[in-house]
Amino acid sequence: MPNVEEIVQDEWVSVRLWLGLPYDSNVQTATHRRREGGAVAQQIPMVDYLVLGDSPHLVANECTDCGARFFDRRNGCASCGGTSFGKVDIPTEGEVRSFTIVTAFMPGADNYAPVVVDLGGTSVRGQIINTPADAENLALGMKVRLTTYSIGADTAGTEAINYGFEPVN
Amino acid sequence: MANDDIWILGINMTKFGKHPDKDVVDLASEAALAAMADGGVTIKDMGVLAAGNLMGAAAGIGQQLQKQIGQTGIPVFNVANACATGATALRTVIMAIKAGECDMGLAVGVEKLSGAGMLGAGFGVAASDEWTPSGRYGAVSGFEGKLGTDMMPGVFAQVGMEYLHQHPYDGADFELFAGISAKNHFNSTMNPLAAIQKDMSVEQIMAEPMIAYPNTRAMCSANSDGAAAAVVVSGEKLRTLSKEQQKRAVKVSASVLTSDPYQEACQILPDVNTLTRIAAKQAYELAGVGPDDLDLVELHDCFATAELVHYDNLMLCSEGDAVDFFLSGATTRDGKTPVNVSGGLESKGHPIAATGIANIWEICYHLRGEAGARQIEGAKVGLAHVIGLGSACGVHILEKSGL
Repeated sequence: MPNVEEIVQDEWVSVRLWLGLPYDSNVQTATHRRREGGAVAQQIPMVDYLVLGDSPHLVANECTDCGARFFDRRNGCASCGGTSFGKVDIPTEGEVRSFTIVTAFMPGADNYAPVVVDLGGTSVRGQIINTPADAENLALGMKVRLTTYSIGADTAGTEAINYGFEPVN
Repeated sequence: MANDDIWILGINMTKFGKHPDKDVVDLASEAALAAMADGGVTIKDMGVLAAGNLMGAAAGIGQQLQKQIGQTGIPVFNVANACATGATALRTVIMAIKAGECDMGLAVGVEKLSGAGMLGAGFGVAASDEWTPSGRYGAVSGFEGKLGTDMMPGVFAQVGMEYLHQHPYDGADFELFAGISAKNHFNSTMNPLAAIQKDMSVEQIMAEPMIAYPNTRAMCSANSDGAAAAVVVSGEKLRTLSKEQQKRAVKVSASVLTSDPYQEACQILPDVNTLTRIAAKQAYELAGVGPDDLDLVELHDCFATAELVHYDNLMLCSEGDAVDFFLSGATTRDGKTPVNVSGGLESKGHPIAATGIANIWEICYHLRGEAGARQIEGAKVGLAHVIGLGSACGVHILEKSGL
């Protein structure tokens, strides 16, 4: 098994260049430190389509003309060209329609398992959490539910909350 | 040859791999000059130039190339269309000729990637000390490793796995995809222009470092440098050229470029299927041939997981039947529909903008009977497919000259 440096230099693995534009290239990331305890004054969602509170869930922009659903800020509808949208809550349980397990070659990082989850007819992207990211613990069609976790607090003490999917046993 | 037919008069690809002593203009010049020499013409015969170099899309590779091989004042189209950039350059020249703007033109694609290594944007850049929502998702952090992956091995892994979800397969998915890769690596041993010529068993491929399950390193396309170029000519002009030029010319029976129509989830995981199927359907109709008529296919196996879905998308098999089709041996070089006899992107290499012309080169050489050790005997009709995320899909159907 080559070490990290060898993989990073590898001719064979053109991991990202194939026009893997970032999902949203406009995102800027805050530096942050994980808090070692203490009260958390405030929370902020990782993305604005995640609603926090007692029952965290995702919310989509739904085209009022054709019903197509999107999670980003919209200029119009990619399905029908309409320009009118409403908000719709997305179910929190569904099934895995695809997955992969990305080997983390960054020192100290863990492998992670991206998934596409069908939440009652609306597909979303995310990752499997609360279960090991290996092929033995993942399966196509497995039932999962949305849950949340902290990705750390910023210097003002605000904690960023992300969502992930855990298996429903 | 009808006046409005389109033909490839000359074509060339450089060796793919490491070219530390050459820049993109060197590689583009090498392919362009060789393609024109192959067709028995010169830069003075060209009425249009379309060129692509994705990583340097703003630099205008077309004019840079002209400054080395001939500034004749012809219109230049610098094109960028992800991994379909080369096919887009070719399509641009074909459209110019079909429109009657000129009777001959040159399409070039070139890329330098070796040493680009494993790049991983999206992990995020430090910008401030406080979480600040930004971008179209109001995100406070980069998505990579938090909400999935945008790195291509993982994206295409999901494309392949999604197919197995839609068309359940009882066997071992990892071994299945490694088998596709083994076929292509075996094919590469007969292609001296491939970046990596190494016969690998399924077991060896599975034992390679895992990049994004089920794609190991050997199941990913090879990062390489290279260029490819093609001279396109109208049927009317070709009739004025020599019998030898006419005999070696390859007919472009269909040239199709599509983008992805909206489908549920296509903005969650790229849908590489719908636009490929549409392009293939259009191409078969234009060419008046069907999948059963194809003697060989070069399709866009940027990862082993991608090849499987395109058997289905290109309608080489019946719908939903890609796994059985592969397991039947249909896509080996001795099979019913040989796929990626060049070794495919997994071993030939994938210098992005060159790929969409290099796959045409492979088909042309078989149709001309010039493919040497890997010649598919008696090949008369071939299909070249390329896809770039975003998405763009190019499908070309090529036919041997009747002379």
